Amino acid sequence: MDKFVRLEGLVAPLDRSNVDTDAIIPKQFLKSIKRSGFGPNAFDEWRYLDVGQPGQDCAPRPKNPNFVLNQPRYQGAEVLLTRANFGCGSSREHAPWALLDFGFKAIIAESFADIFFNNCFKNGILPIELPADEVAALFQQVEATPGYTLVVDLAAQLVLRPDSHGIPFKIDPFRKECLLNGWDDIGLTLRHAEKIKVFEEKRRAQQPWLFA
Amino acid sequence: MAKTLYDKLWEDHVVHQEADGTALLYIDRHLVHEVTSPQAFEGLKLAGRKPWRVSSIVSTPDHNTPTDHWDEGIKDPVSRQQVETLDANIREVGALAYFPFKDPRMGILHVVGPENGATLPGMTVVCGDSHTSTHGAFACLAHGIGTSEVEHVMATQCLLQKKSKTLLIAVEGKLGKGVTAKDVALAIIGTIGTAGGTGYAIEFGGSAIRGLSIEGRMTLCNMAIEGGARMGFVAVDDKTIDYLRDRPFSPRGEVWDKAVAHWRTLHSDAGARFDRVVTLKAEDIRPQVTWGTSPEMVVGIDAVVPDPAKEADPVKREGMERALQYMGLNPNTPIQKIAVDKVFIGSCTNSRIEDLREAAAVLKGRRVAANVKLALAVPGSGLVKRQAEAEGLDKVFVAAGFEWREPGCSMCLAMNADRLEPGERCASTSNRNFEGRQGPGGRTHLLSPAMAAAAAVAGRFADVRDVL
Repeated sequence: MDKFVRLEGLVAPLDRSNVDTDAIIPKQFLKSIKRSGFGPNAFDEWRYLDVGQPGQDCAPRPKNPNFVLNQPRYQGAEVLLTRANFGCGSSREHAPWALLDFGFKAIIAESFADIFFNNCFKNGILPIELPADEVAALFQQVEATPGYTLVVDLAAQLVLRPDSHGIPFKIDPFRKECLLNGWDDIGLTLRHAEKIKVFEEKRRAQQPWLFA
Repeated sequence: MAKTLYDKLWEDHVVHQEADGTALLYIDRHLVHEVTSPQAFEGLKLAGRKPWRVSSIVSTPDHNTPTDHWDEGIKDPVSRQQVETLDANIREVGALAYFPFKDPRMGILHVVGPENGATLPGMTVVCGDSHTSTHGAFACLAHGIGTSEVEHVMATQCLLQKKSKTLLIAVEGKLGKGVTAKDVALAIIGTIGTAGGTGYAIEFGGSAIRGLSIEGRMTLCNMAIEGGARMGFVAVDDKTIDYLRDRPFSPRGEVWDKAVAHWRTLHSDAGARFDRVVTLKAEDIRPQVTWGTSPEMVVGIDAVVPDPAKEADPVKREGMERALQYMGLNPNTPIQKIAVDKVFIGSCTNSRIEDLREAAAVLKGRRVAANVKLALAVPGSGLVKRQAEAEGLDKVFVAAGFEWREPGCSMCLAMNADRLEPGERCASTSNRNFEGRQGPGGRTHLLSPAMAAAAAVAGRFADVRDVL
């Protein structure tokens, strides 16, 4: 996993609440057995005017000019700004894979759905929860300012606006360490392999029916 | 100190704890299907790692498999590759049980696990599928995980977790005639909202929940995720134990007795404190129908489509307007005036034997209305299908004009050929009414199996209480 330390990136606004993972990556693309290549199909039903199929070249497909991420000013965006309950619905990790492949490295929202939130960290994406009034102000600034960028400083736990207004955010210390160092969870957990074995043997003795 | 059921389940699985409270939880049961596992198996192999305990794995393909013409195999080559990849992966690593495509015990994982006794009280149950919350009906800590976590569980038999807050949803009283677990689930989501349970583990309690069958509790826990909570569970009682007796993977003899003694402790202690409590009166719950593109957009069958003009919050109002436009509905339209094009009875929410019985009770001696283009009945598993056929339910469905299909996830998420065409409106017993969920441009209304059957007969949404 890539490290996440500090990012200065163009911001794209997706002004909706309850954006679900079916919208982020529709089901037909879940048939892939790979982790990569989902970017061209991120938000497929909103982004294109036709119905996308897996394996299809997306370049010639008709794009929906009204969809915000199709607007020229947001091309190359690395920070996604959105509203409440982002990533609700299915547990598909294809959603963060698609967002990452599209180019997003940080997502700022009023709130996130639990499973999606968790999945982001496994892929080096930083999901940032900010108060509704700060999010509303960011939406106003982004829409009013072409080329609007934000600095996301994970070490300092701060989102820095161009007008130097800093917005602090919270993150679990353990998750922060993992992102800052790009640590692989499995490697970390296997440091406790002996402890897991001892736990498992005790459990097997006490509740043998769990080990049928 | 009095403990909640969640406290007990959590404490029983902590292997290790970091300074910030992040814990390594031991995983007892790992359910694996074809869509969210290939990248995990590949990751494991690339890292040269072996699965920690393959006897924790129960697996079946369900999302991609067709529900008709099984003799022709899986026609979509991309779907077929995914199912064959699961076959190959399980063949290589092994599992406690694998029910491949067309096996008599194949079906939706969240139906297959419990009916085989592979879901036992007190377990941690995970799966790369958000509806894993279903298994909470057996007082399990059960929730969906992403594919990276699927790989993590395979490699370490553990999961990194932070403890959730606790939310008790108590439904007290007696449910009215024609009001089912699905209506309770939708009424709860309508009350707390789709993000109401975010960050919480929900315990469902109260006399109405105790009154539900195990199947009904599975329907309820299944929809916990639609209320934002990764997991929802119900305490063990006699019904739980009766359900599990003599299932294929249930313990037997002395081990059974010992297990039952332990399972009897799996409830919240008297006086246990919850972070939040929500109480609903069973008598207030009417048969529910969703009108929008989020499960919280739900009303009783005797209501009208809500009017965004009456919503004060501008973000909510815009969401309502967008939903009504997508759904092709006007504010203030009576729900019972909305005609349906297709009817789907199935999914991990509502495809168990009890669901099929409830729908068949409405369909018996009646016919699907002429304006309904397709009515599908998709049993949750091969075992459910056989049980239904033994009871003659298949004949009731077919006589009414339903198609009686093979088991699978089917039109809940339309990864196989069962789907809506753009603009088609569906009365569906599934769990999500998101835009495009049942097919691009498709319009989904969630309801109970009995209500879906009533809609099929009337050709529009109808109050099942009038026909029972």
